[in-house]
Amino acid sequence: MEYFIQQLINGVTLGSIYGLIAIGYTMVYGIIGMINFAHGDIFMVGAFIALITLLAVVAMGITFLPLVLLIVLIVSMLMTSVWGWSVERIAYRPLRGSFRLAPLITAIGMSIVLQNFVQVVQGARVKPLPPQITGGITIMEKDGFLVQLSYMQILIIVTTVLLMAGFTMLINKTSLGRAQRACEQDQKMASLLGVNVDRTISLTFVMGAALASVAGVMFLLYYGVIDFYIGFLAGVKAFTAAVLGGIGSLPGAMLGGLLIGLIETFWSGYFSVEYKDVAAFSILAIVLIFMPSGLLGKPEVEKV
Amino acid sequence: MADFLNTRVGAALKDAVLAAVVTLLLTSIMVGIKTKTEQGGLGIEGNWSLVAWMVLAVLVGRFAMSLLVWRGRNPVANAMQSILPKQETVGKIGKFVGPALLVFALTLPFYGNRYVIDMGILVLTYIMLGWGLNIVVGLAGLLDLGYVAFYAVGAYSYALFAQYFDLSFWVCLPLAGILASFWGMILGFPVLRLRGDYLAIVTLAFGEIIRVVLLNWYEFTGGPDGISRIPRPSFFGLEFERKGGFADFFGIPYDSMHRVIFLFYLILALALLTNFVTMRMRKLPIGRAWEALREDEIACRSLGINTTNTKLTAFALGAMFGGFAGAFFATRQGFISPESFTFMESAIILAIVVLGGLGSQLGVVVASIVMIGGFEVFRDLQDLRMLVFGLLMVVIMIWKPRGIISSRAPSVFLKEKKAVSGDFVAEGEG
Repeated sequence: MEYFIQQLINGVTLGSIYGLIAIGYTMVYGIIGMINFAHGDIFMVGAFIALITLLAVVAMGITFLPLVLLIVLIVSMLMTSVWGWSVERIAYRPLRGSFRLAPLITAIGMSIVLQNFVQVVQGARVKPLPPQITGGITIMEKDGFLVQLSYMQILIIVTTVLLMAGFTMLINKTSLGRAQRACEQDQKMASLLGVNVDRTISLTFVMGAALASVAGVMFLLYYGVIDFYIGFLAGVKAFTAAVLGGIGSLPGAMLGGLLIGLIETFWSGYFSVEYKDVAAFSILAIVLIFMPSGLLGKPEVEKV
Repeated sequence: MADFLNTRVGAALKDAVLAAVVTLLLTSIMVGIKTKTEQGGLGIEGNWSLVAWMVLAVLVGRFAMSLLVWRGRNPVANAMQSILPKQETVGKIGKFVGPALLVFALTLPFYGNRYVIDMGILVLTYIMLGWGLNIVVGLAGLLDLGYVAFYAVGAYSYALFAQYFDLSFWVCLPLAGILASFWGMILGFPVLRLRGDYLAIVTLAFGEIIRVVLLNWYEFTGGPDGISRIPRPSFFGLEFERKGGFADFFGIPYDSMHRVIFLFYLILALALLTNFVTMRMRKLPIGRAWEALREDEIACRSLGINTTNTKLTAFALGAMFGGFAGAFFATRQGFISPESFTFMESAIILAIVVLGGLGSQLGVVVASIVMIGGFEVFRDLQDLRMLVFGLLMVVIMIWKPRGIISSRAPSVFLKEKKAVSGDFVAEGEG
């Protein structure tokens, strides 16, 4: 039981990170119907920017931890947003209205570019970071087995919940969110009614990148090791999460992220660590076969 | 000031400055501060000169581009327009390019050196994979992001059969193809009902599953160590060895090049077989059903085409050629490990198909030569060449979203065969 609860806590933490990345996939898919393959690498760029900012801030002599983390988070979100915006501007906007596979190939190309760019400028070696936030609360104790909820995990879960709440507000209440939902339904009609479609799509990428960078910061602080390749697997998992939850649906992305995180942790906890990816992907395949539009997705209506 | 910004030069300047500012933002942290490993953790060092160079390059490049190449009346674009041949002339030349390339490939071993032939083998492997994937993506319109899984199945089938049962290459080649297409059917049967992008992610997941299993099933596949000492193919039972082999039988002096040349012709034959089968399939009812399916699935269903079976045949056939290529890869390398079958490989094959022009057989050849050949030529550049590879993918796609060869020859026509522009078809040939 204690072991189960510990795994549950770990799974929710991991799931929060996946969920934050998955939102970027699901929003972009919802609005322009493409798989943004470079999104996982945007997450990686976010983690790198966070690492460098952290080192720079510490080198400047600021040591008050909450302030350091706040600066890291803000800088990382801003800078990663610029990266997200640039990727959209360079690789996707020229292909808007082109046939379906063209932006997919540029997305894969951008993914290769980002990975290798980071490898060239920052080196291929893994970047270790000593734990910044240590300690935690012991929830249960039985026969020497401690169930721990670390402060880092609390931070990740609380940040994710806050961001999700803010984000849901943004989509449901603001004019930007309204414009986004309009573009999702019908871009031509939206532009006829005075919505700047290009700008809305750009902002979607910016928001997705900002959330991915938060995930990157969390990943960096939680695991303490990053390299230029972390984006691929995290991206595939997050996309799996988005599809699992029903692509295009925001609560779905979060739910899918949590599920993938839980499946992975429980599988590694109870069966084998090596096959955790296989477990996650198999669940995806099974869900898609029986529920082709994901858990919370709207069923596709075929029109003739 | 406002007047100046409205002039041509002023607008270009404004645009360039904006681009430079964005570049400065992008590179300031990522490039400007470099992490370096120090005693007791990571340290940082400034790298500002590189940032300055990048910003300057973007400023000048963007200014020159918007002044000379982009938008309306500009000298370079107009000049290019008049130099570049028109679509019809390209079509006429295109008729000769195929045969010319074939003759070139057939005669290459007579004048090429070892390096060139090795590269030819590599390019031909990708051409074969591209043609195999073309059946799935180009003809049937099914987006497959895990094609490398079938390549891996083929390679591992041969390697494992050779290791455990001592079977020769020629026995294993059909087996590898059959097993790969079997896997294609096992995977395809449940997932082919899914819509395009879901299919893409499930195939990607399948590719990863195969790789993870190969990596972790240590007792059977050797895990990350891979399988080494995979036997080489023989020429009608004659081994390419110093004594009593191919050279002795024909009474010619032994040369290690014989095997390389043999491998070259082997992959050429396999690739041509793929092409031949594809071209014939297109003329059969099943091939026409593929193309119809790609254009409109609902129409197909209302005309009584069994869509699941039609997709399944395309999937299995594509997988079979992937399996053949895999078996060839195993015998040529003599060593395989899961590292050769990553997602990047699938992405490169898909990129070759799409960049070449979906459904165009010649396009695959051109794209393979440009991408793989170019990639090998710049081997010395290490990390940079992968960066350039990615950029090239983006640039070619933006320049020609329909691929390098975008006009299509129809497979069925009334009276006269007319080339169709790629813009008129959903994803491939008209």
